[in-house]
Amino acid sequence: MKFTLSWLKDHLDTTASVDEIAETLTDLGLEVEGIEDPAKALANFTIAKVTHAEQHPDADRLRVCTVATNEGDKQIVCGAPNAREGITVVLCKPGDYVPGLDITLSVGKIRGVESHGMMASMKELELGDDHDGIIELPSGNVGDKFTDWLAANSPEKIDPVIEIAITPNRQDALGVHGVARDLAARGLGTLKPLKVDAVAGSFKSPINVTIDDDTRENGCEVFAGRLIKGVKNGPSPEWLQQRLTAIGLRPISALVDITNFFTFDRNRPLHVFDADKVSGDLRVHRAKDGDTLVGLDEKEYTFKAGQVVISDDRGIESIGGIMGGLATGCTEETTNVFLEAAVWDHIQIAHTGRALKINSDARYRNERGIDPAYNMQAIEDATQMILDLCGGEASEVITAGQVPDVSRSYRLDAKRVISLVGMDIPEAEQRQTLTALGFRMEGDQAHVPSWRADVKGEADLVEEVARIASLTKLVGKPLPRLQNGIPKPILSPMQKRERTARRTIATLGYNECVTYTFIDKAAATLFGGGNDATMLANPISSEMSHMRPSLLPGLLQAAARNQARGYADLALFEVGHAFEGGEPGEQNLQVAGLLVGRSGPKDVHGAMRAVDLFDVKADAEAALAAIGAPAKVQILRGGEGWWHPGRHGRICLGPKKVLGVFGELHPKVLDEMGVKGPAVAFVLYPENVPLPRKSNATRSALMQNDLQAVERDFAFVVDDSVEALTLVNAAAGADKALIEEVRVFDEFIGGNLGDGKKSLAITVRLQPTDKTLKEKDIEAVAEKIIQKVSKATGGELRG
Amino acid sequence: MDDLRTKYLDLINTAGDEAALEELRVQAVGKKGEISLQMRSLGKMTPEERQVAGPALNALKDEINAALAAKKAALADAALDARLANEWLDVTLPARPQRQGSVHPISQVTEEVSAIFADMGFAVAEGPQIDTDWYVFDALNIPSHHPARAEMDTFYMNRAEGDDRPPHILRTHTSPVQIRSMEAQGAPIRIIAPGRVYRADYDQTHTPMFHQVEGLCIGKDVSMANLKWCLEEFVKAFFEVDHVELRFRASHFPFTEPSAEVDIQCSWENGVLKVGEGDDWMEILGSGMVHPKVLENAGVDPKEYQGFAFGIGIDRLAMLKYGIPDLRAFFDSDLRWLKHYGFTPLDVPTLHGGLSK
Repeated sequence: MKFTLSWLKDHLDTTASVDEIAETLTDLGLEVEGIEDPAKALANFTIAKVTHAEQHPDADRLRVCTVATNEGDKQIVCGAPNAREGITVVLCKPGDYVPGLDITLSVGKIRGVESHGMMASMKELELGDDHDGIIELPSGNVGDKFTDWLAANSPEKIDPVIEIAITPNRQDALGVHGVARDLAARGLGTLKPLKVDAVAGSFKSPINVTIDDDTRENGCEVFAGRLIKGVKNGPSPEWLQQRLTAIGLRPISALVDITNFFTFDRNRPLHVFDADKVSGDLRVHRAKDGDTLVGLDEKEYTFKAGQVVISDDRGIESIGGIMGGLATGCTEETTNVFLEAAVWDHIQIAHTGRALKINSDARYRNERGIDPAYNMQAIEDATQMILDLCGGEASEVITAGQVPDVSRSYRLDAKRVISLVGMDIPEAEQRQTLTALGFRMEGDQAHVPSWRADVKGEADLVEEVARIASLTKLVGKPLPRLQNGIPKPILSPMQKRERTARRTIATLGYNECVTYTFIDKAAATLFGGGNDATMLANPISSEMSHMRPSLLPGLLQAAARNQARGYADLALFEVGHAFEGGEPGEQNLQVAGLLVGRSGPKDVHGAMRAVDLFDVKADAEAALAAIGAPAKVQILRGGEGWWHPGRHGRICLGPKKVLGVFGELHPKVLDEMGVKGPAVAFVLYPENVPLPRKSNATRSALMQNDLQAVERDFAFVVDDSVEALTLVNAAAGADKALIEEVRVFDEFIGGNLGDGKKSLAITVRLQPTDKTLKEKDIEAVAEKIIQKVSKATGGELRG
Repeated sequence: MDDLRTKYLDLINTAGDEAALEELRVQAVGKKGEISLQMRSLGKMTPEERQVAGPALNALKDEINAALAAKKAALADAALDARLANEWLDVTLPARPQRQGSVHPISQVTEEVSAIFADMGFAVAEGPQIDTDWYVFDALNIPSHHPARAEMDTFYMNRAEGDDRPPHILRTHTSPVQIRSMEAQGAPIRIIAPGRVYRADYDQTHTPMFHQVEGLCIGKDVSMANLKWCLEEFVKAFFEVDHVELRFRASHFPFTEPSAEVDIQCSWENGVLKVGEGDDWMEILGSGMVHPKVLENAGVDPKEYQGFAFGIGIDRLAMLKYGIPDLRAFFDSDLRWLKHYGFTPLDVPTLHGGLSK
């Protein structure tokens, strides 16, 4: 919303400066977004007088002038044809910036004669296009500020334009009068009362208006109109054109400019029909599906059933409260005009406006809610202005429907205001604030003014009082602790898990990414998503159309981007949610890591190698251990299709409880994601890790055994499909009390083992608890181990 | 006997290696060594002679043994020195490479914010990112025709044919967590709710996904002045400055009343932002007293309870504090960016250790 200072002063009697006004507006909640103040650029210029002018000795077109200034007589060389003795001029001194020339003046020599400044033309000061000569002022004293002279004689030339942002609740501030009311309530001036004159009609309006029964409710509350005949439409007067131009509107014709003036002056959209183009009476009704109208913007609109329109005998002529029709619009030739002032249901306007995608000033205001009580006065005020500017003769006012009764009141609880805001605002001041804003106080009841549709309860009164009192003055008060003493921890176990997993994985050398939650359909489909349930209805692009089913596609895309930039060795991870469906809560926390390329750069130690699944297995295990997952897990196969079928493992507690998956990614998936391998990854599901049973911090007692532990190595030849874990578990089961640890330390394939065979070597650590082991004890256990392993794997001890 | 002593001590002293020493040991104190032989001859002496010669021979034997041990140690040291002198490595060679991981600024700043509010008794709450229009809008006093809905550039989820429910929404703010938390927990309550939020906007300064932290504090007499204090304390702690001015400007949010936008005092010099000094103001958050209707919608009696709520952009906080210029780069996962703006893994923000280094 834009307005000029002089426009504001039509409604507000104030001596406040532009800066004061701007600061106050922002503080009141009418945030100033910008001020264009033409006077700022002219602040240095003063009035001077040419006391003597003579021909330049070396130039025909130049004159050497003696100019009386506030700093004494100055010599100025001037090329303007009107530079002559006796005229009053505008002086720019050395050091001044001249906006129209975009230069800063200095003392110069022109054809050998010194010149101490410049006498400006209108164009040089950006006050107009006139550049035929320097400005000759009809009045003014030497040394006066030029801006003061302009303010007194030609204020529109330096009228500052203020632009404010209007929050959706402040429909009243969409008119200059409402803005003035706020400033007056703050004490920045006095609100000027509005005229309440009526124009008597001298004949009956030949056009009548009806509202269909089904359109009264949630459609059109009241429709007032009158005919003004014999008007002369043409350009509006200069003051009106200047105002509209200043706020960015194009002056069109007096009749249209008048409606625009009321829109911005009073937040009162109006409409004018060319009465000669209206056929018969007007009828406000609901449109049928497929009805059309060409609007004033020359675009055709197609209606849906129920939208509210205005028709005459020929058909639809206007979209109620949103935009008029082209066919009945006013032109320079209009001589008979039908003026409309109506109150529309604001919700209906919002829905229709959004559906038709029309962003007119009328829609903007009608959907936020205009002052319904002003409707009948608005038609009088607008009539008067039309008569003043265009002449003519007004009919009586015809009305359909009824001005709605919006009167209501709420209790002002002065103590509650103080308690909520935390500011000591005396009750009398609270009441005065509300009164100044147009509320009528009756006991503790505040009657809401008709222009404040947003005030719907006591809380709204608090807001009014608080913002007029100024929240800038609010002084902070300590928020007492919930309980005395040291604050309790606040993170949930899952929140701690998330943090621990994040920092553990970062410690392992991965860089954390935050990738978009929505990805493209193809990538989502590769990872089990991409269905309609997880699809956005209005994605911003096809790259961001589906909620991610897994964190891996985002990481792979990140890897591909980095590879394209020349970074081939990557360790990326992300902690975040993936979505299995589109209902609230159908999301699960994942921790995903991706290794691509080599373990590191080429190095002198020969440590560089391609990353493999045992890298991610180690990292997945470390992260799981860090978040408290049990050490004893199953490693199962049968993971999702984006893993290499033979090179991945699911870390499970039972077949259904998956704590994580690690492995190589399927080469086809890598190919489709544009990632050059090798690439290995892990995905962890922290929510599946069981919570610890015990709740206290005490550790179990440490069992340290003084008896010597014994380690024995065994090598077994087994089928190559036998998994190491099966063998390890079998060995460990041979004597659970004695065997402390079983560790695989070698895998060998080939040699003389024969096809389909491999050798697995394990170290078994025996920890006696009651007596030192003798050789025969050890042999007994060894025998059992061999037996168990053979039974479980079909393998035999390697000879 | 003195001759013997001098002889062997000299020989030991000049012995060149361990073998020579061993030979000398055998010669002197070995079973058939000179000193051993002399000791054997003690039996032939008179008791008087023996009393003198016995201890002297024993002392001599000890002295020779000690000298042998000392020389042996000296020879070993010399040998070690000689070996070490040859064991030279070019220590300027690079070490085995180790990857250096990093934590994303969003995660780091979220933890910083949590640490500060935890001290003021705020728990961390979470909620679904896809939510119903009731939780995202209606419960927050934003009915379907409200202009704020249109202004928010909302992402809607697809609705299957025949499913007549209003479409679910990718939450446009973290405020639905207010409602869900109050429903679950009632009042009094103090929570912050950090998380991802979504708006259909993409340009220089907007990304369709960003991060907010919501704050909610409801009690019997919680006021807007408490809100101001709380935010002042937060801003001081977060930006690690001793003093900072906050400016509350009246504003409007459907879910709070009164509402205020909050500006922070700052200065811009050569593109560097300094918080807590200078004459500029920068908007950092929106806040206000929770609207009675919102409390009611969440099952809290507005006659008994009142309190404040606020919402801050986490990405924005990170950009301001750490001087990160471009929001879009947060989500691009450019390795160079991750390494430059990321945090070392063990740099955990705490109030006692300081939030940043």
